[in-house]
Amino acid sequence: MNRSAGIVVVGNGMAGSRLVTELRDRDRQVPVTVFGAEARQPYNRVLLSNVLAGAARPDQIGLVDPAWYAAHDVDARLGVQVDRIDRAEQVVYAADGAATPYGTLVLATGSTAFVPPIPGTGDGLPRGVLVFRTLDDCRDIVAAAGTARNAVVVGGGLLGIEAARGLAGRGLSVTVVHLAGHLMERQLDPGAGKVLVRTLSRLGIRARLEAHVTALRTADDEVGGVPVPSPAAEGAGATRVTGVELADGEALAADLVILACGVRPEVGLARAAGLAVDRGIVVDETLRSVTDPAIRAIGECSQYGDTVYGLVAPAWEQARVLADLLTGADEAARYTGSRQITRLKAASVELAAMGETHHGDDDPGVEVVQFADATRGTYKKVVIRDDRLIGAILLGETSTAGTLTQLYDRAAPLPADRLSLLFPGVGGPSVSDSPVLMPDAATVCHCNNVSKGRIRDCWEQGARSADDVAQGTRAGTGCGSCRDAVEGILGWLDEQESARA
Amino acid sequence: MTASDIGDAPGDLTGTVTGTLDPGPDPPSATPTHCPYCALQCGMNVGGRPVTVTPRSDVPANAGGLCQKGWTAAEMLTVPDRLTTPLMRAHLGAPLEPCSWDEALDRIAAEVGRLQEMYGPDAVGVFGGGGLTNEKAYQLGKFARIALRTSQIDYNGRFCMSSAAAALNRAFGMDRGLPVPITDLAQADTILLVGGNVAETMPPFMRHLIDQKAAGGSLIVVDPRRTSTARQADLHLQPTPGTDLALANGLLHLALVEGYVDEGYVAERTSGFDTVHTVINAYWPDRVERITGVPVPHMREAVRMLTRDRVLILTARGAEQHAAGTDTVTAFINLALALGLPGREGSGYGCLTGQGNGQGGREHGQKADQLPGYRKIDDPAARAHVAAVWGVDPQILPGPGRSAYELLAALGTDTGPRALLLFGSNPVVSAPRARSVEERINALDFLVVADFVLSETATRADVVLPSAQWAEESGTMTNLEGRVLRRRQAVPPPDGVRTDLEILSELAGRLSAPGRWSTDPAEVFEELRAASAGGVADYSGITYERIEAEGGVFWPCPAEDHPGTPRPFLDRFATPDGRARFTPVEHRGAAEEVDADYPVYLTTGRVLAHYQSGAQTRRIDPLVAASPDPFVELHPDLADRLGITEGMDVLVTSRRGAAVVRARLTDTIRHDTVFMPFHWAGSGRANSLTNPALDPVSRMPEFKVCAVRLEPALDGVSER
Repeated sequence: MNRSAGIVVVGNGMAGSRLVTELRDRDRQVPVTVFGAEARQPYNRVLLSNVLAGAARPDQIGLVDPAWYAAHDVDARLGVQVDRIDRAEQVVYAADGAATPYGTLVLATGSTAFVPPIPGTGDGLPRGVLVFRTLDDCRDIVAAAGTARNAVVVGGGLLGIEAARGLAGRGLSVTVVHLAGHLMERQLDPGAGKVLVRTLSRLGIRARLEAHVTALRTADDEVGGVPVPSPAAEGAGATRVTGVELADGEALAADLVILACGVRPEVGLARAAGLAVDRGIVVDETLRSVTDPAIRAIGECSQYGDTVYGLVAPAWEQARVLADLLTGADEAARYTGSRQITRLKAASVELAAMGETHHGDDDPGVEVVQFADATRGTYKKVVIRDDRLIGAILLGETSTAGTLTQLYDRAAPLPADRLSLLFPGVGGPSVSDSPVLMPDAATVCHCNNVSKGRIRDCWEQGARSADDVAQGTRAGTGCGSCRDAVEGILGWLDEQESARA
Repeated sequence: MTASDIGDAPGDLTGTVTGTLDPGPDPPSATPTHCPYCALQCGMNVGGRPVTVTPRSDVPANAGGLCQKGWTAAEMLTVPDRLTTPLMRAHLGAPLEPCSWDEALDRIAAEVGRLQEMYGPDAVGVFGGGGLTNEKAYQLGKFARIALRTSQIDYNGRFCMSSAAAALNRAFGMDRGLPVPITDLAQADTILLVGGNVAETMPPFMRHLIDQKAAGGSLIVVDPRRTSTARQADLHLQPTPGTDLALANGLLHLALVEGYVDEGYVAERTSGFDTVHTVINAYWPDRVERITGVPVPHMREAVRMLTRDRVLILTARGAEQHAAGTDTVTAFINLALALGLPGREGSGYGCLTGQGNGQGGREHGQKADQLPGYRKIDDPAARAHVAAVWGVDPQILPGPGRSAYELLAALGTDTGPRALLLFGSNPVVSAPRARSVEERINALDFLVVADFVLSETATRADVVLPSAQWAEESGTMTNLEGRVLRRRQAVPPPDGVRTDLEILSELAGRLSAPGRWSTDPAEVFEELRAASAGGVADYSGITYERIEAEGGVFWPCPAEDHPGTPRPFLDRFATPDGRARFTPVEHRGAAEEVDADYPVYLTTGRVLAHYQSGAQTRRIDPLVAASPDPFVELHPDLADRLGITEGMDVLVTSRRGAAVVRARLTDTIRHDTVFMPFHWAGSGRANSLTNPALDPVSRMPEFKVCAVRLEPALDGVSER
């Protein structure tokens, strides 16, 4: 094993770039090399929907400043693809011909957008058909949205809905075509899916459910009578999309089609090197390839147990554990799986979902608490087992999301008052703030520890104004916030007196 | 002088403060001075027989208000166990017995000489306090450096203000708590108060917030507890303890996305924004929600409220007393800078100083790394200037010493001080991981405590010196506004008691120290003015006469014809290039996270009726009646799971110690967090539990979060 060589990270996306910064947070010495297929600084994929919505410029979502690498002695090979791993020699070969030895190789190659086998997508996508995965995709969509009028988003999962919302916000007429019976079926139950459809329709987004795209309609794309040459494989073909055909025979006109049909782990390099690959590169709880102890994998290209995680939070947890292990900062660190929480990033659509949301209240062993107000676009549901939160949906109004995510993350026991899980501020009975209903022993002026009884005594001795009470008891002379309460008590005492008279 | 003489003083900014009590004509003997307790330094008249207190209306900070501590402050002058004679232990294990001043002072000089001869100058340490007047703090720092020639001096302000101080210096080049006179608060459109419970810790401060609300302003409070202050807020954000930094970064993220960043201001008046922007990209709302527990809609609402015209962002100990305290404050300063607040009239970032002279006490040389005028002790020019004022060769000045907790932790060890001189502090109660601090103090060869009562720390001393207290002495205090105020003597000290200046003068004489050792505060202040001249905290233009004529003077004030600086940074920041500095900061979380063994967060703080270690307030009957016992506040659901009921004795245990306190159930606290006030000694001492993990920059211990477990305290607890 090549112990003198350092850590080589292949992939500089959300997982790889995070690992590199976590490594340097712990260890300024260990040699680190990172390969990134994209030449630009790593960026935050979570913020792509902001770019699409126009809330951020493409150059404003970076995660590591370009100058950071040199300042932290990281050898950054950006814009350089890795072609091959020689596991016997512990060397990676890059497209620029460089051979880089490694002590530890970390694969963080991520995933690529899945393009479904729709007729018409065979030899490169027609112009106007795009995936939503990278910053370049995002730029292309923004550019296309400038002239397009009708958009079809194929896929009603998280990314598809974010794309649809972004396009609707840019003034396009948008239809989401979704194969399953309700939107975001992996995260939501049918009830929430239904409310989401209503919410989206108010934003000008139609949803076609149980709908299967069978073909793309295209026309020859001629600009000024000359076919436009296509520099890239996708979305720049010689023909231009004009619509999609659905299995039921209907056709939807579209001059922009976004394919949001999920992703596939990028495992070509690993597979070619002979590593065990199921859906992702199979790793253990030290994120080590089960085939080769010198190779680790994190992020969307890796598979822990049966799960390939597609969200950022698990990738960052993996990066943290791996940095602890590789630098020796915490050799006992282990990755044991992540709890996944989904938040939709779409303006005017508040949605949080986590865990097992599909249970009904007649399922044995679970307790379901829910509230739905489809008219106002609100749907809330929590699923409880053994006094622990195992699933939740908050749609439309998410002010308890902070509480729920933490209860879910920690598998913490739940508050006795289940309602507080759905609605903020609906706690237990609150102590009466009305001075009239207070017992005599209750403190009115906290600053000077004056009880209602003492104010009553003071009134009985002739005090009739808040200033009189202040002279007699000091009530109201601290922060002054009880002055209204003092006046309320005096007024009430006056009233009672005149009632008796 | 009577209060009415100065009621018309220029700068009377009392405005329309709510609920002002007209104190009426003062008794002829009343002396206008200030409260002995917190940094608000409420104005009060003290006089009469017996001595009583009435509030002053001419002091903007309290504008006629006082809390119960203030009203009862005169009782401190006559506490039954007041010390009026020095006490001394004949030998280790002997009891403290009365002795003469000469015996006590001779003994101190002899022990200091003996230990320094054997182990070098650093064998003697000094520990000061943020309640000491500017004159005493200055003199104490000078005493350490040129009488003892020890580098080992620090003070309890390290446990209080140091994180905010470090962050302020880093961002603005100057550490002044509030950037505005307190009366500006009432005009603010929005105030964001992070980790401060002013309704309990400085009640008259609330008057300004109530006026602000009446004028249409909004208040946002960030606190893991729904405190009395949070209940007055328009928006209460209730984060997990130890996650304030992530919250600040999350708010800045939203400000960026929503287009609220003041780009013109950022370009003209700041540096370093781009790096911060990159870091902030990793704090998207739902990630921050997951870390903090604060719902995204509340964060959005907060950011919207922060985009109004006059906006103040204020932090207090809740944000600062963390191992990441400096960075947490920096995160809020970054937010303020991005929104274009600091250096704009009526807006800015400020910190609410805690102790009576927490501001002035950190400026004139009590800190391990500092010389008067907020000068750095390792700066040759600063050393030359101060040495010239002191009449010594700069070569003899020691270098930087240990910070407070490190100093306490080193006591009686092979490399640490073997003797300690302690003024105005009670670390056996107030230091983190107090049980081990207690052990370190017990391990000293020699301990001297100057105090007016036998505090828990003083009971361990070899020599106790009875000193004068607030109303018995004069000097200056610098309040949370950065306004220098006059503390005036209202009554003579009892027979047998000496002032700290007299004590230092006597000791300096016995140690044949160079320099002048006046016992007159006015003369010491003149020297302080010269020593601070040209420093960051420049007091050279401030005189006692000006303070009286102007109702206080704001530093920096570099010349007698300079008006003082109520609102710094309007033209430029105190950095070399005049720009405020952004610094990228990352969330790190609590130094000690909860786990299966210690599953609950403990946070600590104060209650209204008590002050700091309680050495003063626990001796005043009405305050004891208001808040007699230590307690732990916990949510009824948590209590229910643990089999704890209201009023039950609860054993609270951390990795560092245990405490037994009464349970107090409330739904105003998070389910995962309990709260304990830190004013008590003995078995209810909260600091037996706290974590001394230190901030890497400020050396602030993490008082505000550690992991504990709770259980009903059964018989036989003491055997654990």
